[in-house]
Amino acid sequence: MTTETIKPSIWAFANPTRFNTFASKAIPVLAIITFALLAVGLWMSFNAPEDYQQGYTVLIMFIHVPAAWLAMMSYAVMSASAIGTIVWRHPLANVSLRSAAPLGAMFTILALATGSLWGKPMWGTWWEWDARMTSVLVLLIIYLGLIALSKAFDEPSEAALPLAVMTLTGAPLLPIIKFSVDWWNTLHQPASVSRFDRPAMSAEFLYPLLIMALAYTAIFFTLHMMAMRNEILSRRIRTMKMQAARKQSSKGAA
Amino acid sequence: MLALLKREILLSIRAGGGALTGVLFFLAVVSVFPFAVGPDTKLLSHLAPAILWIGALLASLLGLDKLFAQEREDGSLDLLVMQPHPLAITIFIKALAHWTMTGLPLVVATPMFGIMLNLSPLGIGATMITLLAGTPAISFIGAVGAAVSVKLPRGSMLISVLVLPLVIPILIFGVAAITGALEDPAPFTAPFLFVCAITLFTSVLGPLAASIMLRHSAD
Repeated sequence: MTTETIKPSIWAFANPTRFNTFASKAIPVLAIITFALLAVGLWMSFNAPEDYQQGYTVLIMFIHVPAAWLAMMSYAVMSASAIGTIVWRHPLANVSLRSAAPLGAMFTILALATGSLWGKPMWGTWWEWDARMTSVLVLLIIYLGLIALSKAFDEPSEAALPLAVMTLTGAPLLPIIKFSVDWWNTLHQPASVSRFDRPAMSAEFLYPLLIMALAYTAIFFTLHMMAMRNEILSRRIRTMKMQAARKQSSKGAA
Repeated sequence: MLALLKREILLSIRAGGGALTGVLFFLAVVSVFPFAVGPDTKLLSHLAPAILWIGALLASLLGLDKLFAQEREDGSLDLLVMQPHPLAITIFIKALAHWTMTGLPLVVATPMFGIMLNLSPLGIGATMITLLAGTPAISFIGAVGAAVSVKLPRGSMLISVLVLPLVIPILIFGVAAITGALEDPAPFTAPFLFVCAITLFTSVLGPLAASIMLRHSAD
């Protein structure tokens, strides 16, 4: 057997074993980065000054806003994976799509829950049917539907294309969520960080928020990689079980 | 193509009264609301556009699971996929036939239900126009859902879960347009044009997405 040289491309990871070796090395590094960012971010968040209008409830922002960003980023990762499935038939793209869906759903739930907790003292209501909240709720339903779809097939590989097509069909929701606060004049405040001129937020709030956002992103990629590794391993277990069952039945027949 | 449209419509009329079942379901949904809300005519006429739209939405979801499943069972799906012209056009025709048998009868039946719900003539007209413009989009998006779950043995429930969140924008703009027609400050044209835009948009992208799906599930 000759050892071939592998060009560094995404196709190198088409081999699940190679991906798993890479993942086992990358996960500890990512985990350390996550913990470091989270520690710094939380420390900075708790030391942020009291807002002159909102008091200490402004601290909820540091866990609410990154969760909402990540809820959308997870869907973006899933859409990219869906394109990878449809266009290049990359075997890892489907694994990535499947693993990102529960994470995205969790971040969406987190964003809705913290937003609800923040809304009660600020707006005097747990829930309001305004454009931003409603569109995020729709995003959650789509996530849950996609998870249900991914579990509905007997053979995991058969779910790849349906999942990809359905994910891309839901993708127009992302810009709707992003611009919902601009298009409809509603309760939820408009974007105050990603603006064309300068963020409408002072530095003592902005820096902890950005570090928390980075920490959340690191959490996502750590968990995503772990979930992908688990998915690959569980598929392997499934194949081995089927092989064992086949062997058993052929032995019984003989 | 016309032959396919004719075949689809004939099939749904003759095999188990597809069109009438849809209207019947619409009637059932619409008449359940007064029982739940109470027979207050003022409240009902205020809620009527929403009730009619929700009824139409649910009725349009009926039969989506059969859109490709029957063809798959008897093998004619493979023939449709292997036709010389683009598969997306075939799916467009099939979705159009689905709409003709579910969406269109509802539009025709709307005046009757509108009178039952104490809706003004202007409101009935607005509801009919928005339903006419909006319900095709449900069939086009539904075609994607049907194509995705064509291989699933227990897919019919899942189609509704997948399709419903995607058709919410149509519902929002449809009802907004009717309110705009009835109440003075709210505009009618802008949400109505949004409904038309969504229908045109989905009429192209829906069949395309469904064709990607079906071409690979046919083998």
